[in-house]
Amino acid sequence: MMPKFSFVGLDRSAAVEPLRAEVRDFIAEEGRSWSALQRGESWSGFDAGFSRKLGERGWIGMTWPKQYGGHERSAFERYVVLEELLAAGAPVAAHWFADRQTGPLLLKFGTEAQKSQLLPRMARGECFTCIGMSEPNSGSDLAAVQTRAQPVDGGWRVNGTKLWTTYAHEAQYMVLFCRTSGSREDRQGGTSQLLVDLTTPGITIRPIIDMTGRHHFNEVVFQDVFLSAEALIGKEGDGWAQVTSELAYERSGPERFLSSYRLLVELVRVLGEAPGEAAAVALGRLASHLVTLRRLSRSVTAMLEDGVDPQLQASIVKDLGAAFEQELPEIARGLFAHDHAGPALDHGFYAVLAQSVMNAPCYSLRGGTREILRGIISRGLGLR
Amino acid sequence: MTTTDQILLDSASRLFADLCTDEALHCAERGEWLASHWQAIEELGLPLALVDEAAGGFGFDPLDALGLVRLAGKFALPLPLADTMAANRRLGEAGFEVLPGVAVLAVGATGDQLRLTRQPDGWLLQGRCSGVPWGRHAARVAVLAPHDGRLHLAAVPAGCWTSEAGMNLAGAPRDRLSFDTTLPADAVRPAVHDFDTYAADEAAIRALTMAGALERVLDMTVQYAGERTQFGKAIGKFQVIQQNLAVLASQACAASSAADVAAHALAAGDKVLQIAIAKARAGEAAGIACGLAHQIHGAIGFTAEHRLHHFTKLLWSCRDEGGSEAYWNHRIGLQVVRTGADDLWSFLTAI
Repeated sequence: MMPKFSFVGLDRSAAVEPLRAEVRDFIAEEGRSWSALQRGESWSGFDAGFSRKLGERGWIGMTWPKQYGGHERSAFERYVVLEELLAAGAPVAAHWFADRQTGPLLLKFGTEAQKSQLLPRMARGECFTCIGMSEPNSGSDLAAVQTRAQPVDGGWRVNGTKLWTTYAHEAQYMVLFCRTSGSREDRQGGTSQLLVDLTTPGITIRPIIDMTGRHHFNEVVFQDVFLSAEALIGKEGDGWAQVTSELAYERSGPERFLSSYRLLVELVRVLGEAPGEAAAVALGRLASHLVTLRRLSRSVTAMLEDGVDPQLQASIVKDLGAAFEQELPEIARGLFAHDHAGPALDHGFYAVLAQSVMNAPCYSLRGGTREILRGIISRGLGLR
Repeated sequence: MTTTDQILLDSASRLFADLCTDEALHCAERGEWLASHWQAIEELGLPLALVDEAAGGFGFDPLDALGLVRLAGKFALPLPLADTMAANRRLGEAGFEVLPGVAVLAVGATGDQLRLTRQPDGWLLQGRCSGVPWGRHAARVAVLAPHDGRLHLAAVPAGCWTSEAGMNLAGAPRDRLSFDTTLPADAVRPAVHDFDTYAADEAAIRALTMAGALERVLDMTVQYAGERTQFGKAIGKFQVIQQNLAVLASQACAASSAADVAAHALAAGDKVLQIAIAKARAGEAAGIACGLAHQIHGAIGFTAEHRLHHFTKLLWSCRDEGGSEAYWNHRIGLQVVRTGADDLWSFLTAI
């Protein structure tokens, strides 16, 4: 019953250390002007120019075939690049979804035309995508999807609304999860994925400002949007299976435990050379959690590379990772017993702490809520 | 893993399953020494599993050998196999002949004062050592003591100490040994490593033991949740129980990941920081998991008759021994502080 993580493959990662140094040099140069707060945005930070530079370096679509603009490097090499970018707080949001999800999805299920037209542009950091899954009445319950693509002559007519679509306002394409047959009662059956050019007439993208005042989320409304038959990704009716196959990629990466990493860095800085005993214990504990999580996450990478389906393991990484990301600000603010001003003693630090406190609620919501993940884990334990 | 390694692990698994009956676990908890059980373990050669081939071992891959420690935790094996494996390895490495019987490493506690004095025809060992695992049953204790500014390892045979019985919360012997004995010249050798490396051995084997025990606790709790019926259905069908079991499983996985870090570090021989991280993380997982396992088992899990407590007590004792979470986290934290903010990431990725 114990979920199996394989740690055997991790030895492979030794070969990728030269690449790590290369990425660090690149970031040292590029990131000169990034402030702590900018870095604290973590993978929500958007900079199309930076993504293009990564593309030039060959650090997007790293594992994809060369034929499609990829670089045929190992999943571990990709992991090194991702974690170095995240640890530095590089603005990676622009290409993040294409690199993590859309690219692998197209490689697995896309048509030749979809692959040859989009993948090379994605790998160059010129084509950004967003993920159209959630809807007003379909959040955790993804199978309750109502957006419908009606088969019509020569293609599909799409009507419905997608919600919480991160960076839809900056992306050129959306992977739309919708119903192509049947009704809501059919649940997973009758769902499909379509590739949508967001400039298609009938699509309205409206901003949703989050509680921190930033614009990441959007509402995307489809009103009689015509998509050609070629928009279908994979098979009609296979949407559910295709979507769930993406989730292991979505849930196990280093972004699932490094979202508030900048706060740890700034905490170490502000505590200085002589923290109290409690603070040292807390820092040590955070480090031991991070090292352990990183090993679990890299183990999932090894499984993905070996063609093992790690959906259960990915859910465990994300659940543990979100707990770590969320408790980091809570722990940090508790380490200032020595001064009445508490964590606000240092203004620069307090700004990063505040950013982290306010972003934290979202860590156990996005990409599958804590409750959904734990449901998946308990299914893996044979309980449902 | 080679086929021979797999065969040994399989045989060990069968043996532990045979040995670790409820009755045996109860007897051990009452302080009984399971002599025939220990003999069966020795017959399989397990205490030599970590010993280098050149020192009399049989060429077992150290990572696989450490799989035995995990396995022993999974069965709550109430015998000092892990301690003996670790001590024999350190004795062999220092050039001592590895002998049959229980061997343990005595690193002592703060306040223990061990002194080695050179004598014309050997050594004088004086002082005491607290909390020695299974001290009263040891055929040999590997004592760490300084001499002339250098750490030495003394192989001290039974009979050379007086023992004051103590035990941990699982009822396993943790004795205070007092030494005032002469030793032959060849019973003392310069230590191969620094003190911390030896002290970390216990932390590593306790982390691995916890990972194994947690695997069992998870299995038992999932099984119980599937069998126990309340309100007309198995309690495992209730979402609140499922969510708690998911947390328990995740903590077991975190401990497993930590134990893997410990195994690699111990196999490498001298990576104290990695072991510190592993021990601290596994210990924390143990605390969370034990609480959940007992909550889900309800009152029956709180009885002497039910076997759950053998595993939870093992976990609670392991997290305290070989350095608690607070102890190791403090050490790690000080290293983080010395590293500083700007080099933190390099430090973490090098682990």
